[in-house]
Amino acid sequence: MSIILDKVNYVYSEKTAYQIQALKDISLKIEDGEFIGVIGHTGSGKSTLIQHFNGLMRATSGGIYYQGQDIYDQDFSFHKLRGKVGLVFQYPEHQLFETTIFADVCFGPKNQGFRKKEAELKAFTALRSVGLPEDYWYRSPFELSGGQKRRVAIAGVLAMEPEVLILDEPTAGLDPKGRDEILDQVAKLHQERQLTVILVSHSMEDVAKYVERLIVMNQGSVLFDGTPQEVFSHYQELESVGLAAPQVTYLMHDLRKHGIQVKGNATTLEEAKHSILQAFAEKGKPIC
Amino acid sequence: MKFIEARKLIHEYIRRDEEGNVESILTALDEVDLDVKQGEFVAILGHNGSGKSTLAKHLNVLLRPGGGTLWVDGKDAEDADNLWAIRQNAGMVFQNPDNQIIASVVEEDVAFGPENIGVPTDEIWKRVEKSLKSVGMIQYREHSPNKLSGGQKQRVAIAGVMAMEPKCIILDEPTAMLDPNGRREVLEAVEQLNKEKDVTIILITHYMEEVIYADRVYVMDNGKVVMQGTPRGIFSQVDTLKDYRLDVPQITLLAYELRKEGLQIPEGILTRQELVEAICRLY
Repeated sequence: MSIILDKVNYVYSEKTAYQIQALKDISLKIEDGEFIGVIGHTGSGKSTLIQHFNGLMRATSGGIYYQGQDIYDQDFSFHKLRGKVGLVFQYPEHQLFETTIFADVCFGPKNQGFRKKEAELKAFTALRSVGLPEDYWYRSPFELSGGQKRRVAIAGVLAMEPEVLILDEPTAGLDPKGRDEILDQVAKLHQERQLTVILVSHSMEDVAKYVERLIVMNQGSVLFDGTPQEVFSHYQELESVGLAAPQVTYLMHDLRKHGIQVKGNATTLEEAKHSILQAFAEKGKPIC
Repeated sequence: MKFIEARKLIHEYIRRDEEGNVESILTALDEVDLDVKQGEFVAILGHNGSGKSTLAKHLNVLLRPGGGTLWVDGKDAEDADNLWAIRQNAGMVFQNPDNQIIASVVEEDVAFGPENIGVPTDEIWKRVEKSLKSVGMIQYREHSPNKLSGGQKQRVAIAGVMAMEPKCIILDEPTAMLDPNGRREVLEAVEQLNKEKDVTIILITHYMEEVIYADRVYVMDNGKVVMQGTPRGIFSQVDTLKDYRLDVPQITLLAYELRKEGLQIPEGILTRQELVEAICRLY
């Protein structure tokens, strides 16, 4: 019963000529320890949605409950909530500002009111967990590559020891290896600490590979909510809202059209490989 | 005809301390040779920090060569007198569309470039119309750019470059911030300009799927060109690419994995169609 959204609406520039309803009656339940992907085209409401989770944006109507508590209740502390729900923005490296990487990561816990020593201990653990080599720690964050900077920014959020980690397109602009490194690291954190992870992404291949549950946003509403296999089987509807399925999902459909009996709706490379090899095996045809 | 010819091009970023003493030297381009013919579609791949963007910024002389020679459109890039002529013929599109749009109406934004180089007003409007049509954005000519999607904004930015009537457009990760639809829109616009208007395209990207349709691919690592060839030739070397922190399109990788399992699938499969055909032949 981690986070519950109950009929959340959000309207930008309400009661003006520019009024836009960015979220429409969103009801969602996010359980502890889930790994969730959020996809949707630009302007579908993804970023607006995730900023509600830690109270950065206040719903125009509707309720949000964190661990059963109404976050809009007068006694509820947003300050504490933001320590529990960590948000990594797009291009988080633009927010690095300290003279050394270590100092930058200490900033969060210090701000939460921890003493210097405690903050440093948390920073130490966080930097370790994102896999940045120790000889980098006392350099300026601006000397790092794009992927490394992004890991420092993620460490800055992890140092606050959140229960929920939200990442808004953490791999935009990174090279393929950098993309894999960041996402592998996040998946590891999810597994080792039962961290709830919400990943906003434009890469269908990435979400198919990593997440357990996929939420598709369209025009401020939830269009689909299910496992990647379920969601990507609606590939035609996804295309009509500016999205797509992973390439291998299309391949499975094409193969079936050509009379090859591949089973299941593969969404990842591994699944596709398995289905194709199995189809050959079932036909009793030797593969080499 | 050659449009770009670089020989042993070098660029160093030199960092100095407060007294002006050299603290460190980073060689971003290390004797790069590059040849691009007029009308070619060339893609440049490489990990973050490999020197791709530094190279791109040389091609329209935003940066000057630190060594070696660079000729663009038959002009020496080292000669300061050629600066404006080169920039007019080699337009640049950057990653973030929001940083490139300056006017409050789409058509005014597109008109900014030609107006700046003193094109007569009638001609400006003709060019604006033509370039907005060529990227499929003519119906938005009187809209505010703020209300456009990322892909639309990026296409307006491309139209702005087109209005200068360049022979070449250099795109530095133009789709990094876009959703799948936006990516497709931008790439289709780019391919069309290349095919129909014979504009030379240089595309820098991290998305392997986007280079499938390029004529040639260069791969950079540590400031050097380490691989070059057709997309098919480059993507059949899966392991080498991984060493350079790169990847291959998902379909190519699947074909590669299936080959490892013993299926007799040819090397360098690029598209879904090709893989389906290859599997059907074996089945």
